[in-house]
Formats: sequence, structure tokens, C-alpha cells
Amino acid sequence: MRGPSALSLSRALTRRPHHLHHHHHRALFTTRGQRQQQLAALLTSSPLNTPKRTYSTHPPNAKLNLPTDYSTTPLLCHTTTTALTNPELPPETRNGTTKRMNLFQAVNDALATALAEDESVLIFGEDVAFGGVFRCTGKLAETYGADRVFNTPLTEQGIMGFAIGAAAEGMRPVAEIQFADYVYPAFDQLVNEAAKYRYRDGACGRSAGGLTVRMPCGGVGHGALYHSQSPESLFTHIPGLRVVMPRSPLQAKGLLLAAIRSNDPVVFMEPKILYRAAVEQVPAGSYELPLSKAEVLKKGDDVTVVSYGQPLYKCMAALEQAERDLGVGVELIDLRTIYPWDKETVLKSVRKTGRCVVVHEAMVNAGVGAEVAAVIQEDAETFVRLEAPVVRVAGWSIHTPLSYEQFNAPDVARIYDNIKKVLGF
Amino acid sequence: MKRIRPSSLLRRPVRVSPTTLQHVHRRTAASLSQRPDSTHLKFPGALTSPFSNTMKYEVPSNYPALPTYRAIDQHGVVVDPNFEPDMTEEEVIKHYKDMLTVSIMDLIMFDAQRQGRLSFYMVSAGEEAVSVATASALTKDDVVFCQYREQGVFKQRGFELSDFMNQLFANVKDPGKGRNMPVHYGSRELNIHTISSPLATQLPQASGAAYALKIQRMQNPEMPPRVVAAYFGEGAASEGDFHAALNIAATRSCPVIFICRNNGYAISTPSLEQYRGDGIASRGLGYGIETIRVDGNDFWAVREATKKARELALQDGGKPVLIEAMTYRVSHHSTSDDSFAYRARVEVEDWKRRDNPIARLRKWMESKGIWDEQKEKEARDSIRRDVLKAFAEAEKLKKPAIKNMFEDVYEELTPDLKAQMRELSEHLDRYPEEYDFGEFEGGKASLEQ
Repeated sequence: MRGPSALSLSRALTRRPHHLHHHHHRALFTTRGQRQQQLAALLTSSPLNTPKRTYSTHPPNAKLNLPTDYSTTPLLCHTTTTALTNPELPPETRNGTTKRMNLFQAVNDALATALAEDESVLIFGEDVAFGGVFRCTGKLAETYGADRVFNTPLTEQGIMGFAIGAAAEGMRPVAEIQFADYVYPAFDQLVNEAAKYRYRDGACGRSAGGLTVRMPCGGVGHGALYHSQSPESLFTHIPGLRVVMPRSPLQAKGLLLAAIRSNDPVVFMEPKILYRAAVEQVPAGSYELPLSKAEVLKKGDDVTVVSYGQPLYKCMAALEQAERDLGVGVELIDLRTIYPWDKETVLKSVRKTGRCVVVHEAMVNAGVGAEVAAVIQEDAETFVRLEAPVVRVAGWSIHTPLSYEQFNAPDVARIYDNIKKVLGF
Repeated sequence: MKRIRPSSLLRRPVRVSPTTLQHVHRRTAASLSQRPDSTHLKFPGALTSPFSNTMKYEVPSNYPALPTYRAIDQHGVVVDPNFEPDMTEEEVIKHYKDMLTVSIMDLIMFDAQRQGRLSFYMVSAGEEAVSVATASALTKDDVVFCQYREQGVFKQRGFELSDFMNQLFANVKDPGKGRNMPVHYGSRELNIHTISSPLATQLPQASGAAYALKIQRMQNPEMPPRVVAAYFGEGAASEGDFHAALNIAATRSCPVIFICRNNGYAISTPSLEQYRGDGIASRGLGYGIETIRVDGNDFWAVREATKKARELALQDGGKPVLIEAMTYRVSHHSTSDDSFAYRARVEVEDWKRRDNPIARLRKWMESKGIWDEQKEKEARDSIRRDVLKAFAEAEKLKKPAIKNMFEDVYEELTPDLKAQMRELSEHLDRYPEEYDFGEFEGGKASLEQ
């Protein structure tokens, strides 16, 4: 169920030069050049000279809400050495090489790796054959053949049911839903079928394990109601599904390979704003990163910040500023797998810091933050160490509105403010 | 135009007793028993199937494709001997200008998006006749559900250039209150429901809306007969909602016209990979729905087919009708798409040269002596000026008030939302330099209750 702007979020937002090939009705219309001139003249001529409306920028005097600088953030491995010293990587990977990739290239690399090493892997979805609207499946059909990499008709419920059936008969399908916003027709198949398959089949032993469903998620600045959603908590409520959201190219490759090899169905959500923006050194060859294992990205003694996906970059910027301004140490944890999640890593951290801020982009009501906060206060050993209420920084309880996204998505200022708040409690 | 308010007219509740329903059910079941020596199957699921002693599968390709109706050919020459234009000269010119307006606006807005003036746009090049001509056969009271490439429907029904521009720039005059992506137009006055990005979701809604119109007229015969028109592409017809919509509309006899713009592509996916079988039209027959396939580049054929569809939809207490309008998506899918990544440039060029709905109606008009090069030039110049004027006026308006982000989630703000609004307001007071709220009506003050 692709919406109107399927490709926009990959191109328009990532500031790539646009290649315009546009010569409609040449015989009927003035040329494109003439039209451009007219428009340009109109838009710059004095009576109509209005400031150019920019829709993704930052306020001139902002100190906190600055655009994320992906080229310097410590969350990405800018050198081969930092990439290969990751202790979670297997020894043979650590002794290998790396390649600079963005997120869509890392996803592509993982898919190519899976196709090459396991002939039961299939890849399909809407517009997948030409490379997908976000380019994640580029060249895969050419390299691995149209029998294993193919377009489906435009039906999410069909894609999901098809994937479950293929998985139940021994394949490892990787189904793509073009946008997370369009997964809902597939909800029945995911909730009632994929999640319950093993439970229902009992001693017969079949399952939908081997199924991975990938979907781009999250805001990009102007996706509005139907190109911005981050519906992970709808899936974390469903026992039987593993829900994963990577923060970076290196993480995406390892987690996606683990998801494809997992014998449980995995919902793999890719923050689409990172497809082109997040670039880092990614180890070559095949490697896995552990599912259901959180990662401490930065140590600190005074506050624990828990997040996943794109907001981690904002958390990092906020905590760096908070540490500078307030002289405190903030610990940052990436959940990575949002369900079944790694409670121990979070509890261990909060027992140390006594303060916790949970950050996610999706609506605050019944979101992942609610689950994390509840688990923290339920654990007696952690509860007695709490110095402040656990706070959530998340989207408000609204739909993602076009013009107001800057006031809705958690930003550096709101995260910073809440770090301050728990410290001042 | 005064909008009909059905709810105020619904004063006579119709009571259906449970015994009536039981009676109907019993009688139907009793009449379905299979009699000995019958020549026809009389099972509940197939009421008129003759018995056959030949074991034979039906092969779709043994059936000829459904024909495609044309009133005029590519040269604007009338080919249907029964065709009589039913519009005045002025009306034809008005509709021609509607198509022209949409295509000129499309080109300007596409370029404007490329210049960064707005975040997104979708053109409808090549499909102007499907939208404008179908809309021309509806009444103002009919209810419309669009997909997202039907700006011609809006234009034909009276959407002004300023209405388009206010939505595209999501300014303070946008009825969508700045919440929706560009091209998600809607108009209560024109009875067009606001566009939603998910595909085919509007189709079962159209069936339900049509049922509502039907019941409302049963309950109040003074209401005018009304139909629902629902637009969608051939890609959307792969969604489960399409099939659900046709089936439920058929079983509940809903006065709804399903209008498929079969433009050959769903983003990159050609119709060959979208379906097998005889297009979308053949599915209508499968659901027991009267169906026509029509040349979507022929303004007159589309109008004639839709006029007939409306008549059929209101017959026998209401029934669904399916129109498959064959056309070609000359444009990229949207401003985000470069379609030459998946189709040959020459394919598109061939289509543009060979056939175009605007050029075709123009040829017909010229053959009637009601249009010429001079009029064409004047019309284009004046439309272009009007578009640019509306563009400039809309672009300089402020954005709607920030509080609009919290409103209309529920009919009234919940305590939760009020608290969130207050929290945001206080946050903006603490960190004013971190946000751009000057371009919003009232700045951050609108958040203060």
C-alpha cells in the first residue's frame, strides 16, 4: 500500500542532487527551461518576493536543536579500526576488512550475503525488483535471479501471508513492506499467524521462523500522517514476534543477518532517515550481532538514557551538552531489539545511576517507554535505587502532522531538558 | 451550493422486526434443495449452473478481452455512430480548460518542488481526461473518494487554484490545518473526502458511504438520488480492500461507481507484474457487477461511460458499477521518483507523441471550429498567470496555529492532550531559541489555553 510519496523520503530529504528528466507534452507546452525561468522570475520579482520556505532547517540561534552531524557522531564507526574493534564481532570478521556504507547499502549488503550463503532465502515486496524505493534491494534481482528476488502485487496482507507460508515450508523469506505506515493490512497475518504458528502447531513442530519482515519507519521532517509512523509498540505487544530496530549501518547488517537466520519471525524496522544520512565503516563478509541484547553505547554514573533507532543520535547530542553544562555522567543504552528486550542491561545501569530517561519517536501512550519504566519500578532491587521518577521523552499522543513535526518528535532540547529534570528531582 | 445534511432529515426510523429476517432466511433455504433430475445445479453457492457431462477447465485466454469503448479516436474523429455531444460549446471549453489547468499547474508545481518551494508533489499527466470527464458526469451532491492523482476531479467540481495552493503550502487557509502532505486535498463543500495515502482503503468506505446514501433516501424519499464515485489505480486493485469493496457493494446493492485509472504502472511495477487476466474490468464481472472498459484518453468516451454508470448505479434501488479507464502514466510516480530507472525513455516519448487526452479533445474541438491556435495560446497564458498568482499568494501566508497539532485527534482535547499541550508550551517558553515558531499563526501563544 505504497502511498503517494514512496520515493520522496529517500531522495527529497537526503539532499541528493535531483535528476530531473521531465519533458511532458513538449509539443503542447512551453519548454521546461522557459517555465523554470518564468517561475524563477515570478518568485524573485519584487512584489512577490517572499522568503523561500524551507521545510527542513533549524532555527538560527539554536544551540541544542542543531542538525545531527553524522560525520562526527561517536555513534558511527568513522574508521576501520573502530569498526573492527567491536567486541561483538566474531574473530574472523575482526581480522577482515571494512567498507564505507550508508544504511541502505548495509541492508543491501546483508541481503546479498544472506542470498549468497543460503539458497532458501527469498526477497520480495513492492518495487523490490528495480531496487526498492529506498534502494535497499538494488542489483539483487540481477545477481541472484528473479526467482528469488521479485516484485509482488501491491498487497501487504498478501505479501505477509505469502511469506509466512513460504517460511512454514522451509524457506527464509525476507518480505519488504514499503513503509511501516502501510503494514496494517498485514497485521492479521503477523499477529494471528506468524506470531502464533509454532504455538498452534505444537508437537507438529512447524513455525514461521525464518520469516523476516523489513520496513522503513520513522519521521523525516515532512512525511506527515502516512510516511512517518513508528509502530514498533504494536508489535512488541505480540508474543512470538521479535522486534528489532538498528541504529547504524554496521548494526543493521549484523542484526539483519541474525534476524534472517533466526528461527523466530522478526519484524525489522529501519529508520528511513538514516538510509543515506548514516555512513560508517561496515565489516565485509558475513557476521551476526546478537538479538535481544542491548548495548551500552556510553558509560555514565548519574543518568541512564534508554533509546533505539534514530533518536539515539539526539540523545547523544543532548547528553554531551548536559555533561558539559552540569558536570554529570550520562549512560546511553541502545535497546536494539525492542522485544523480547534485554532488561538486565537496563536494570543494571539504572541500579547504578538511579535515574532513567526513555526516549522514542512513537507516541508516548502505551509505547516502549511505558514497558521500560514499568519494568524498572517493578524490579525491587532497582526501585530502591531510584532517585527520580523514570521519565519518557516521546512523540505526543497525536498523529504525525506535516507542519508541526519539529514540535512532535523528541529533539535534543527536550531530551536535554528531561536529563536536567531527573537530575534536579 | 447548499450541502444536504442527511442527519437532519433522518427523522423516521425504520424498524425491521427479527421475525421478518427469520422468514426471509427460512424461505431462501427451503427453495435451494436440489431436486432429482434437475438440469441445473441448485446449491446455495451457484444458483444457475447447468450440469455438464464434459470435464473441462475454463481457460482465461480462451475468452476474448473485454472491449475498450471509444467515442472519438486519436485524431479527434467521432467513431461511435450513436455519439452525440451533450454539452454546449462553453461547457466543452470549460472542461477542456479544466484539463489544461491541471496539466499546467502540475508542471509548475513539479518544478516548484524541485526548487524546494514545497516538500512534495504528484502530477497527473496523461490522466487528465479520466478525472475531469468522470467528474463531469456526476452531480454536486454525489460523494467522491479519491486516491491521490485526481486533481482533475477537484478542479471540475469547483476547487479553485487558491484551494489547491493553500493545501500544497499547508498554510493557514488549508482546511487540512497544515497536517497533511501536499496533494492530500479534501473539500466538504464539494463532497470530496480528504485524501489518505494508504491505497484502496477508500474503496470499502465508498461502498459503505453509498449504502448510507441509499438508506437515507429510502428513509427520506425527498432527498435527491445520489451515488458515490471512488477512484483508484490498477495497483491499488491488488489490495484486499479492493476485493472487499466490490463484493460488499454487490451484496448490499450499493450505488457506487468504482473508477479505475489503469495507467500501467504502480510506481515501478508494470501491470504485467501486478495481475494476470483481463485487467481490472474482468474482476467486476466476477463480483456480479456491471462493468465497462473505456479509453481513458477519450474525454467523450469517459464522460458517456460515467453518465451511464450513474444511471445504472441508481437503478433497482442501487447497485455498484465498475469503470476501467485505460491510460498511461506519462509522469513519474511523484516528485520523488525517476521513472527512467525502470522504464525506457522512448516508451514514454512514444506515448506522449501517439496519444494525449488533452490533444485529443483539442483536435475534436478544432474540427468543430470552436478552438484554434490563438485561443489555445490565450488560454495557456491566462491559466499560467492565474496559477502563478495563486502560488505566490498562498506561499506567503503563515502556517496554521501550532495548537492544531493537538486538535481533532478526538472531538475534544482529552486531559492527556491538554497536559501535553501545556508541557510543550512550557518547554517552548524555556527554550524559545531552539524552535521556529514565528511562521505559525500566533507563534507559540496558541498553545496557551
